[in-house]
Formats: sequence, structure tokens, C-alpha cells
Amino acid sequence: MERVIDSTPVESGGRTEPTPKGSRQRQRRLPLIGGVRLGLRGKRYLFIYGCLLLPLLFFAAVRLLPILYSFNVSFREWAILSPDKPFVGFANFASLFQDEVFLGSLRNTAVYVIVGVPGQIVAGLAVALLLQRITVLRTFFRTVYFIPYITSVVAVSWVFRWILMKNGVANGILLELGLDPQPFLYSPSQSIFWIIAAMIWQSIGFQMLVFLAGLENIPRLYYDAASIDGAGSWSRFRHVTIPLLNPVILFSVVIASIGFLQSFTQVLNMTGGGPLNSTNSIVLYIYNTAFKSFEMGRASAATVILFVIILAFTVLQLKVLDRKVEY
Amino acid sequence: MKKRPILAIAAAALAFTLALTACGNGNNKPNEKADSGNKEKASNTQTAEPPKLDPNAKVTIEYWQYEFPAKVELINELITQFQQEHPNITVKQTNFPYDQYNQKVATLVPAGKGPDVINLYYGWLPKYVASGYLQPLPEADFPAAEIEANFFPFVETAKLNGGYYALPTGVRTLGLFYNKDLFVKAGLDPNKPPATWEELVTYTKKLTELDDKGQFVVEGFGWEPGSQLHHWFRDGLLYQAGAQDTSEDRKKLLWNETPAGLEAFKYLIDFAKEHKVGINGFYTDDANAFKTGHAAINVDGSYRLSSIKKDVPDLNYGIAPLPSYKNKSTQASFWANAIPSNVKGDKLAAAVEFLKFLTSKGVQEQWVEKIGELPAQKEVALQDKYINDEKLGPFIAQLPDGRAHFFIDETQERTLFVEAVDQVLLKDVPIEKAFEDLITKTQKLYDDYWAKK
Amino acid sequence: MSKTVSAGDVTGNSLGAAGTKGSVKRRSAAVSAISYLLLTAGLAVMVFPFIWMIATSLKTPQEMYSLSLIPQLPAWDNYKALFTGSPFGTWIINSFIVAVIATASVCLFDTMIGYILAKFHFHGKKTIYLFILSTLMVPTEMLIIPWFLYSSKLGWVDTYWGILFPGLITAFGIFLMRQFMESVPSDLLDAARIDGMSEWGILFKIAFPLVRSAIATLCILTFLGSWNSFIWPLIITQTEGRFTIPVGMAFFSSEAKDSSNWIQIMAGATVSVLPLLLVFVVFQKQIIRGIATTGLK
Repeated sequence: MERVIDSTPVESGGRTEPTPKGSRQRQRRLPLIGGVRLGLRGKRYLFIYGCLLLPLLFFAAVRLLPILYSFNVSFREWAILSPDKPFVGFANFASLFQDEVFLGSLRNTAVYVIVGVPGQIVAGLAVALLLQRITVLRTFFRTVYFIPYITSVVAVSWVFRWILMKNGVANGILLELGLDPQPFLYSPSQSIFWIIAAMIWQSIGFQMLVFLAGLENIPRLYYDAASIDGAGSWSRFRHVTIPLLNPVILFSVVIASIGFLQSFTQVLNMTGGGPLNSTNSIVLYIYNTAFKSFEMGRASAATVILFVIILAFTVLQLKVLDRKVEY
Repeated sequence: MKKRPILAIAAAALAFTLALTACGNGNNKPNEKADSGNKEKASNTQTAEPPKLDPNAKVTIEYWQYEFPAKVELINELITQFQQEHPNITVKQTNFPYDQYNQKVATLVPAGKGPDVINLYYGWLPKYVASGYLQPLPEADFPAAEIEANFFPFVETAKLNGGYYALPTGVRTLGLFYNKDLFVKAGLDPNKPPATWEELVTYTKKLTELDDKGQFVVEGFGWEPGSQLHHWFRDGLLYQAGAQDTSEDRKKLLWNETPAGLEAFKYLIDFAKEHKVGINGFYTDDANAFKTGHAAINVDGSYRLSSIKKDVPDLNYGIAPLPSYKNKSTQASFWANAIPSNVKGDKLAAAVEFLKFLTSKGVQEQWVEKIGELPAQKEVALQDKYINDEKLGPFIAQLPDGRAHFFIDETQERTLFVEAVDQVLLKDVPIEKAFEDLITKTQKLYDDYWAKK
Repeated sequence: MSKTVSAGDVTGNSLGAAGTKGSVKRRSAAVSAISYLLLTAGLAVMVFPFIWMIATSLKTPQEMYSLSLIPQLPAWDNYKALFTGSPFGTWIINSFIVAVIATASVCLFDTMIGYILAKFHFHGKKTIYLFILSTLMVPTEMLIIPWFLYSSKLGWVDTYWGILFPGLITAFGIFLMRQFMESVPSDLLDAARIDGMSEWGILFKIAFPLVRSAIATLCILTFLGSWNSFIWPLIITQTEGRFTIPVGMAFFSSEAKDSSNWIQIMAGATVSVLPLLLVFVVFQKQIIRGIATTGLK
């Protein structure tokens, strides 16, 4: 009996992927298993696939098929109101690249990523580093910095919109200080940065936590060694903290980039994409095209483009940041 | 080391998607089938004569309108009245937020969850009719000749492809709201509102109050392109200056046929750009700035009367007809009730009954008293009790000058207008150029619409 | 924000030059003093929007635009008006229903799949895991249109099921639970097998309890995610009676609702934020651990 259990496909280490050795072992023992034992194995496989069947069907239906469907729709003129959905080849893509608003949303999304990602990482890392240097009230600060992350994005967007209104409290404070009031969300040059600020404000807590965990994982030993070598705190930060934190930074950059590439909720609720489309993002464009104009074909084509961008971005970032850690 | 699996995942995902793209086209057949089914259904929907309602049958119909508290309340009362007269008909009201109204309708109607009577902004009608959502009102119950004799002429915008598709209960015109207290404060006669273009400019300049930083304390004119300015421009200013909105067949914009169009556009923008008597976003928007006493004059619709009454009952304000120039003209608009194309049989008969009730004189009187929207039938509107009303009077007096311009797509046309104004204001684009661009872009909407006909 | 950072770095740098023991102490005191200063300044930025939100929600229309932080007389009626004048109560209930069902489903399925993927060998395991993880790479936006088109064909538009179905099982949760399940000692499972326990029994009576704190983390994160999710509920819900709180909030500004009613908007924002604060205060440890774990693995 005991041997049978030994030979079951249950992994004992549990940490790594199955080694070729393990699987060979299993194969070798397979003929030894008699009728009763096979029943046991069969039961186990039944259990495994029984558990996985529903979830796999789910992923196929809710994730895989829709992608296929999306590609299909993107090659059609798919007005929800019209009964015909003719195949139009790449016409949707072509028309997107002639659409000023779409190109603008691509540019704006680039701004969201280029300004937002570093801003968010630097802010989160800064708070984490500062928190590391204090002892009293540390949990309190950590809690407060984290709270915005768990609050509703929609609610927070409205609060920011209210604060940044023409007659809002932000301008009130500026006037009190004797400064000029600002148009904030009413200015095509400023508004995108205020949206980014709101996004960063909300995600500092997340980045901070991730970095705190990462910092705590760096063995003190390295710092001590660096100190003995006479490294100042900047050089310790530069040569110990940053390289050892690299995997965490990589994670943060990927998460943040995907987040900013998908900017939507804040944009919709703070400016609706305006003024003059200066804050319009790809996702908002998709939303408007699909669910306001009901041009599903064009909207799907835009999602395909977004998908390709996100994919390329992720692969690129993983490669670039991966290389850095090696030297 | 740890990152390797992630990289592998990324690569796998890439390969995976490439594989998907390759077979992405194999998926077409089933959809086409389903679609042709839809098509068949759509072409069947234009039924002509409604069957008469069997008096013993119980029917439930659904009424949809947008979420406007006063209207929702009144409709509920009206439904009670209607059900007393028609005990075999039950009416259920459903409401949607204004912003999302079109979206909701467009998604729910094809899904078969549609209403039996639907309240639509007149500017949306062409799109709805073109999409095959609506059926023409049965000629037997709503003869076109009778409608044209009884209703104000601009209701004719609901006549498409030669038939009426919708009828309003109430209509609205734009008027000039002015704050009497602020008039007194600025040394102006509170009983003499501006009557001409020129006067409006001088008055608003006098009424504007700035602080030492040059910021508005009170704007002379509630200037909000996203609110009513687009309508004011197209049905008010354009005609007042001597221009026209569209050609007779509604195919071509005539804004720049004569210099008058540009003059009207410039007049509108100059309140913010040249005279600096108002700006968008001041105290959220024009209506709110006016309500809170931060805008002295505002161009707004009669429907605002009820909300002012409710929110700021003490506001000391007056109403005047829109200032005129070479001609008189105001924008008229309305929400109209229509019957979707898939309503048939008993439901259609019940819907017709309800629609008759909603457009009846008695209901129109209740409507103007509770909502502030003016009766759509001349006979009801032109009663002394309304003409002599201090607040309603000026709106009603303008009804004969009322115009309701044709829209291809209300939202898009308004967006284009707001963008053109923003170009001038925020990007210093010359007014002439912004105006030309606006016409080109709007005309394109029209061309696309008519090309599909 | 970048200003704060450079200031912090410069401080660290210049102070780092000092050498003797006494100066080290002084230096670290100075460092922590400056850290406190900067953190407190940041704290004000983090907290102010909430304070302003609550302050506005308690003001009367007359003082809505005033700069005072404390309302003259807290107008608690604003909250009453929120619940009587808008379907806010319904939205809360909807959000709650959706979040609870999603959380239950995710915790059950994700933990189960995580367990299977961590503790068993079988054909196609690696493929299955990669397949599930690769779905994380697909942006939700790309799926929304097909989901919506399916839903309208299947009559799921404007139903709870319609809001729920895409989030019943999450790849992220599977990833998370697989990490935790790997730490469950296989010996323990084997011992149970020797005792003749069924696989289901092992799953529910041994594996689940062993990772219960991880499940708690997953539950909380799922609940928060569902409570705050916006784009999909925005599209799939159609009538006010089906809205979740974020969707309802987004509609506060429509013409009819009177966009100037910032008091009501802020009262709504406060109400939509409060349950989360409660959840957070109670489960802070689990949340923080969950996030730290995802970042490190």
C-alpha cells in the first residue's frame, strides 16, 4: 500500500516544477500497478480533471473565445443597430489611423505611461524608503498612505474633480496664498497631469507596500558589507538597494505600465476625455466608440491595437529589466 | 532566476495570440446566420393598422423616459389617472439617466427588452427612425392634418419619411433668465431686460463683477457651450442675424452661406473671448451659477423654472424673450413620445391609448404647471392664464418664433460645437478657421447620414 | 511628488558623509526627523481629499463653496436625502450581492485550482497553468465587447449574473493560491491518504484550513476589487435598479440629477468609501500581506 502512495503523482517537495526525473520514475513504475491500484490512480485523475474541467471551460468561454470573437469583430463593419455585419478586411484599422481623435488618444496614453509610471514608482519608493527610516508611528503612516488604494476610484475621481473645479478648494487655497488661480481640468495642457496626479495619489500605497516588502527582504549583511567598504548612504542606495530591489521594481513597472495603458475610470469621471480630447485615452476611445456610437468593429480594432501594445510593452520590459539585473 | 517563468509566460502568450490571429477568421459563419435572423425580424416590423384593443384583455405596457425627478413624479400620477380610465391597461414606468439614455435604449431594444411607449428627445428621432427602432404613429389615431392644425409648427421635425413618428406633451423654448437683484446692484432697471444683441452685451458688461485678481465674482452672462449655447446659436442667433441653419431638404448646412453665420458665431464666442463677461465651468455650469447668484443673465429653457422653484425658491429673477437682432427667433425643442417598431397587437393598441392620453389637453395643462414645459398644442398654450404668467409668458410669447433644428446626431453635433468654441478659447485658433472647421465636420455628419439613406 | 524624492535622497547623501559615532547618532536623528517631516507633509496630501469630501458632504448649499473645513452645522440630512432621493441604498445592496458572490466563487475555485496545480502531477499541467496565466495578459477592454455582445444575445444584459460572470474565477487568484499551496507539506496530504481520506476530503478538510489565512487575503482582495470595479458594470447594467455603487456614482452628474449638487455627490462618495475603510481596518494585516506577496513572487 505504502509503495503505491509513493508512486502517486503527488509531489513531495512542492516547490518546483516536476523534474524529468520524477516523470520518468512514474512511467517506469506504471506497469507495476495492478487493477486495484489503477483504480486509485484513476480516481485521482478523475478528481484532478473533475476539479479542472469547469474552470478550464470557464477560461475558454470567458477569456479565450472572446479574444477570437474580438479579432473577428475587428475585421467587420459591426454597427450594433444594423443587421448586416459585412467583412471589411483592415478597413477598421485603416480608419482608426486616419482618425485624429484615435491618434490623439494614442499620444495621450503615451503621456499617461511616460509620466505616470516613473512618477508612481518614484513616489512609492520614496515613501517606502522614508518609512524605513522611522520607527514610531510607522504602521500609522503606512496605513494612511495605503488607504487611497482601497477606495473606490470613481468616488475619488469625483472628489478630485470637485477639489480642482474653477471655484474649488484648490483655487481657493491658491488665492489665499496670493497666487494665480489655475484652470486645472479646464486646460488642455494641464488637465492630463492632474489626472495622472490623481492616479499616482491613489496607487502610492500599493507601490509603497510592494517596495517595503522588497526592502525588508534585502539582507542587512549587504548593507553592513557596503558600509565596511566605506560606502556612503547614496552609494549604498545605488549599489545595494537598487540592484537587489530590481525584481520588485520590475514587477512594479509592469503593473504600473499596464495600469496606465488602461487609463479609463479617472479620465471618464474627471474630464470625460476633454477639454479638446486632451485627456482622452485609448480605453475611453474604445468605450465611446463601442458603447456610445455602437461601432463595435472599429472599437474591436482599437482593442486589438491596445492588446498588441500591452503585449509588446510587457515583453520588452521583461527583457530590458531582466538584463539589467545580471551585471 | 525567478523572472524566467514570467518571460516564458509572456512568450507563450505571444505565441498563443499569434495562433489565435491565424484562426481568427474561421469564426464567421454562426454570426452571419444569427444576423440574417435579425434582419428578417427588422423588416417585418413596419405594421400599418393597429388592432383594436379587446376590452376584456388585460395588458401591461412599459413607458420609458429619462430620469428627471419632476417628470418621473408627474408621470406616475398620470399613470394612475390613465389606469382609472382604462382599467384593463397597466402602465409601468422605467427611467434611465439622461447621459446614458441612448446607450441603454440601443442595447435593450435589440435584446427584446424594449418599451411600448418611449420618450425621446426630438433630435434623436432621425437616428432612431433610420435604425428601424420606431414605427410611424397610426394615421387613423393621429392624423397628420390634425397634428399640423393643432400643434405648433416646429413639431413637424418629428415628421420623417412623410409620417409622424412621435408627439410631444410639452415643448420648450429658450428664454433669457435674469437676476433682478444683481440688476439693481449694477444700477440697471430690473424691469427692463436687454432686448437686442447690443443691449445684451452692454448689460452683461455692467453686470460682471471681478475681484482684484481679475477673477469673476459674478459673471454677467452664464456662458456654457456644453449647455444651451449650441441651441441658441443654431435656432436663435443664426436666424436673428439673417442666416439659416440648413437647406429645405435638411441636407446642407447653410451657416456660411452669408457672412451672417460667422457674425452669429463670433457674437456668441465674444462673450467669453472679447467682452469677458462669462466663462465655462464657473460654479460648475451656467444653470448653477445663475441659481446661486453668480451669473446675472443666462440663456436657458423653460424647464429650468421648476428646478429653480424647487432649489432656490427665493431667487428674485425675471424672464425675457431672447434679445433679437435683424429677426426674432428662439430655439424650441421637445421630448416626444414614440412607439417602438416591435410593439404589436394588444400592446400596440394600449400604447396608442396611452399616447393619446399623454398628448391630450388635460395632461398638457398638468405638464406645464408641474414641469414648466409649455403645452405643445396651440389652443392649450395660448390661454390667458399662461400668456399672462410672469414667468411662462415670455416663453409662450416666443413659441410662434420657435424653431427646432434638425439633428443628425445631437450628441456629436453638440460635441463638435463645443470643440470649435474651445479651439478659439483655449488654443487661440482664429474664429473664422474654427467656424469653417466646425461646418466641415458637421456637414460630414450630414453627408454620411444622407448617403446611407 | 518627484520633488519629495530628490529631497530625501539629497538628505541621505549629504548626511552620509559624517563619520564618528556621535555624529552617526545625531545624523540618524536628523534623518528620522526629516523623514517624519516629509511623511507628514505627504500625509496631508493623502488625507486632505477625504477630509474635504466629508466636510462638503455635511455642508448646506449656501456654504458649499466656502473654504471652511468645518461645516457650520453638520447637515446630516444630506445623507438622509442621499438614500431617499436616489437609489443609493439599492446600489449598495447590488454592490454587496455581487461582491459576496464573486468572492465566494473566486475563493472556492481559485483555491481548488491552486491546490491541484501545486500538489499534483498530471499530463498537461504546465500547459494548463500557462494557459490560465496567459489570460492575465489580455486586457479586460478587449474582452468587454465580446462579453457584451454575448450577453445581449443570451439575455444577460442588466442582470446580476451579467455583472458577475466574468469574475467568477480569476487567474490572479489561482496564481496566488498556487504559491501558498506549495508551502503545504505533501507528507500531511499523503498521511491523510493513508488514512483513507477521499481527495475531496483532503482538499476541504486539510488543504483549505492550512491556507485559510491566504484564503482570507484572497477573499478580501476579491471583495475590494469587485466593490470598486467599474468598466464592466458600467456597460452591462442598464437600469438604475441594477447599478453598483461606482456606476451609480458616475451617473450623479447627469443633467437630470443636477450636476451642481456636489453635496450629494460627496455624500455618495463618502458612503461608498466607508465600507472599504471598515474592511481595511479589520483586515489590514491580510491585505498588506497579500499585496506584499504578489509583489515578491
